[in-house]
Amino acid sequence: MSERNFVQNFDWGLIGLTFTLAAMGMVTLYSAVNAEGESFQKILVVKQLVWYCVGTAIMTVSLLFNYKSFDRWASAIYWICMIQLTAVLFVGKYVAGSRRWLALGPISVQPSELAKIAVIVMLARYYAKMVNPKGLGWRDLFYPFMITGIPFALIVRQPDLGTAMLILLIAASVTLFVKIEIRSLTYLTLAGLMSAPLLWFCLKGYQKQRILTFLDPDRDPLGAGYHIIQSKIAIGSGMLSGKGLLKGTQNALSFLPEQHTDFIFSVMSEEMGFVGSLSVILVFLMLIVWGLNIAYGCRDPFGTILSVGVTAMIFWQAFINIGMVMGLMPVVGVPLPFISYGGSSVMTMMTCIAILMNVSMRRFTIE
Amino acid sequence: MITIPPTVRRQSRGQEFGSVFTAYSAVSGKYLKNADKEWYRQRLTRSMFCIMAAFTLLIARLFYLQIVEGEEYRRLSESNCIRLRSIDAPRGLIFDCNGNLLADNRPSFDLSIIVKDAENLEDTLEKLSQYTGISSELFKARIKAGKGLPSYKPIILEEDIGREMLAVIEVHKFDLPGVSVDVRLRRQYIHRESAAHITGYLGEVSPEELKSGKYEGCRVGDFIGKFGIEKSAEFFLRGTRGGQQVEVNARGQVVRVLKTVDAFSGHNIYLTIDQALQRKAESLIEGIAAAVVAMNPDTGDILAMASSPSFDPNSFVNGLSGKEWRSLINNPLRPMENKAIQGEYPPASTYKIVTAIAGLEEGVIDENTSVFCPGHYEYGDRTFRCWKKTGHGSVNVVKALAESCDVFFYQVGQKLGVDRLARYAKACGLGTPTGVMLDHEGGGLIPTSAWKKHALGVPWQGGETLSVAIGQGYNLATPLQMAMLTAAVANGGTLYRPRILKAVETAEGSTAYQDDPALKPQAVGKLPCSKKTLELIRKGLWEVVNGQRGTARIARADGVKISGKTGTAQVISRKGNDSRRKKEDIHHHKPHAWFVAYAESKKGSKNSRIAVSVIVEHGEHGSGTAAPIARDLIKYFMGIEDPELQPERVAGNLQTVYQENAHGE
Repeated sequence: MSERNFVQNFDWGLIGLTFTLAAMGMVTLYSAVNAEGESFQKILVVKQLVWYCVGTAIMTVSLLFNYKSFDRWASAIYWICMIQLTAVLFVGKYVAGSRRWLALGPISVQPSELAKIAVIVMLARYYAKMVNPKGLGWRDLFYPFMITGIPFALIVRQPDLGTAMLILLIAASVTLFVKIEIRSLTYLTLAGLMSAPLLWFCLKGYQKQRILTFLDPDRDPLGAGYHIIQSKIAIGSGMLSGKGLLKGTQNALSFLPEQHTDFIFSVMSEEMGFVGSLSVILVFLMLIVWGLNIAYGCRDPFGTILSVGVTAMIFWQAFINIGMVMGLMPVVGVPLPFISYGGSSVMTMMTCIAILMNVSMRRFTIE
Repeated sequence: MITIPPTVRRQSRGQEFGSVFTAYSAVSGKYLKNADKEWYRQRLTRSMFCIMAAFTLLIARLFYLQIVEGEEYRRLSESNCIRLRSIDAPRGLIFDCNGNLLADNRPSFDLSIIVKDAENLEDTLEKLSQYTGISSELFKARIKAGKGLPSYKPIILEEDIGREMLAVIEVHKFDLPGVSVDVRLRRQYIHRESAAHITGYLGEVSPEELKSGKYEGCRVGDFIGKFGIEKSAEFFLRGTRGGQQVEVNARGQVVRVLKTVDAFSGHNIYLTIDQALQRKAESLIEGIAAAVVAMNPDTGDILAMASSPSFDPNSFVNGLSGKEWRSLINNPLRPMENKAIQGEYPPASTYKIVTAIAGLEEGVIDENTSVFCPGHYEYGDRTFRCWKKTGHGSVNVVKALAESCDVFFYQVGQKLGVDRLARYAKACGLGTPTGVMLDHEGGGLIPTSAWKKHALGVPWQGGETLSVAIGQGYNLATPLQMAMLTAAVANGGTLYRPRILKAVETAEGSTAYQDDPALKPQAVGKLPCSKKTLELIRKGLWEVVNGQRGTARIARADGVKISGKTGTAQVISRKGNDSRRKKEDIHHHKPHAWFVAYAESKKGSKNSRIAVSVIVEHGEHGSGTAAPIARDLIKYFMGIEDPELQPERVAGNLQTVYQENAHGE
């Protein structure tokens, strides 16, 4: 491949969509942290900007490496990640009842974030060899099942039900994309439906309670249920054109929990109204379509499946988060990609974009 | 450059899925040559369908919330009318072993204001000041301190207002928008200073405690046990908070309760303390710095544990002022300290029980070994004096205990050596905390040669062994440790872990945690001696009180067999030439007085036993000051005196007890 081609193939559309979302997020974040009595958090906007700069720099450097080398590194990355997930259960920082953070020197990381990408890469590597028009048989699914099951179980232990479910959804999406034999799919579905009640009886009382609250926030009227009501009021009260930036009262009066992370979409909807929120949803849609387009344009199965997996991750997070704040979904701690505040969320999402960009730029390479 | 956005926008309208790929392939058509391309296109198109469906759902929901129901939600947001109200869980009650109430919760009223709901803040505060007689400046200061809180949150203006003020505010309620009176439960310690060191007190949870993860379910402003059983039984006593989702009107008044989560009361606890005996013990040491522990030798149950001076835990309920706190902390008699477990004193002659056991068991003496006491003992170039200058003459072990002859025990100690003696002391439960369920328990100190080398960096001196043998020198023990040891001598040799928490029951009254080993009497060891040795010791202790020349003949009482041991602990003089201290020095040089005792009597139909340990700080002689206290307590326990002050044996009607006590003070 020639260097000229490589630079020419830079995916401006992808980067444009990404930064559009990032900019919209930054504006909302500025408003969210200006809530009454929280002015000390203004520094968060600056921090978020720094995270994006770091993310962009890492992405640029990563473009020098061919995404095909992920293939080679997949196992190592995956197992390092599993070790971290195990370690976090024992030495992780205990925050609000669960252990999710691992202190590595001066910085803290959430191994579950890396796990999402590690699973995608491992699955893509495996499916790239197995993919065939007829679809995969149930025997072929044993390996992917293990690859997904290990991090799933470890993350459930933290406990972080939201991220665990997310990994399951991403893995299922990728697997369905490469197609399962219709008979195997039927059997698997039946087996799944039958084992669910059995599993339910094995759970302890408090575990059942946790899952029930997860599925039905109204069971926790002082916590999740109340947050959803306030979130719905915030979103609904935005009406067509919104109350204007910095004028959101739900946000300003701290009625919303986590208004700069998980519930940032509510702030956005309150202040920018239907017009603003719809725009954000549409930019997300464009980005996801762009991701699938990259998958389509790539000529090798590994790149295609990798792109689909990464796109699925962005899709699910956006869908679950927006659905949650509007009262359509269980209340889970899934941040809104590119918009929610948070270093680990930004870094994970920039990694996704870096992967897509890498695949996109190398689709013409001929080996 | 490929111009995708128009195509994408077409996508979003739901037209021609997959057209993006057609459009794309028109630009870079050569890659369709790939045989798999068509298959992938089909898979991706299906994915697109799913994504479109999902996004349609999101947009529909957004449309519904913002356009269809927008008007309604706008209204709700303007009045901020859905709020959360917390329902506090009542804390468990504390009872003594007979069901007498020691601590309960009383309803109290806090005056608060929601700034957002007050139409004219200045005006409202002015009026409020008129009605209550409290300066509006104070209110303003409170509001200023509450800045930063969301304006819909109530700010407390005055805590624990009286019923009169409550009535005034209720009458003028409509004149005072945003002002409300909140009912809150406050802890009440019915007997005030009595048993204050055992019940302890509550305090606001600190940020560090919240972070520690030990207090799950707590939040800023909550009260938790900070001292005493309130702290160590926090787990049992604290309930689970509940709450309500309520709808309020524009004036902040609740119109409708939307949802309720019930609060669960904490468990009630029963202590091993007998309130009547506790009172008696406290009355005996009133006005002096002293501590008394009374124990049931057969279970290790602490029947009374008094430390004086005491403090009123009720004063902590609404928070102490800095001045009050300083005066408690700077009081030289240390009222905040539970001297029974935190006070570590040289055990003095009470330690001779241990030295005698070690001597007899190790064979350095036997029951017939006789020593001549001329009133002093020469060791190296030093002279160690016996407390009796004229000497005891010829003494054996029983007489040595009875008359507390120092010279006898100097010789026993010298033959044993410090490390052998320490081994016995540790086996008797000294040198480590007893493990009673109370915080800040001191472990005392049993010196060994290795300890001294490690702690002070100098080798052990032979002469120090002599001091240690009579319980002086580096030796330290708490009154509770000595009570535990005495109880073991009384019961035939079993060391019981001192028990303070007897039982736990749910708020509804059914027993809980009955299988918890922490709630049961627990034998933790045996005295390191044979039956024969123990009999000799008991004989010695009997002679202390009942012998011709016993040191505690003063402790004799009719109708009850008391045995005991006196102790007079030398106080190492304080260094420094602080002139203010000089005056106190005369007092501070006086030794501490010890008396440990056990007694047995027919009380009612069954045999009753008690072990007591008393220390009077700077009380000079154990025989003079400490022994009468133990004697009177034992007599009271056995029901020998004060018939009009019989222990209250009221079970069931707690209200009566509470009222009697409230009036009786």
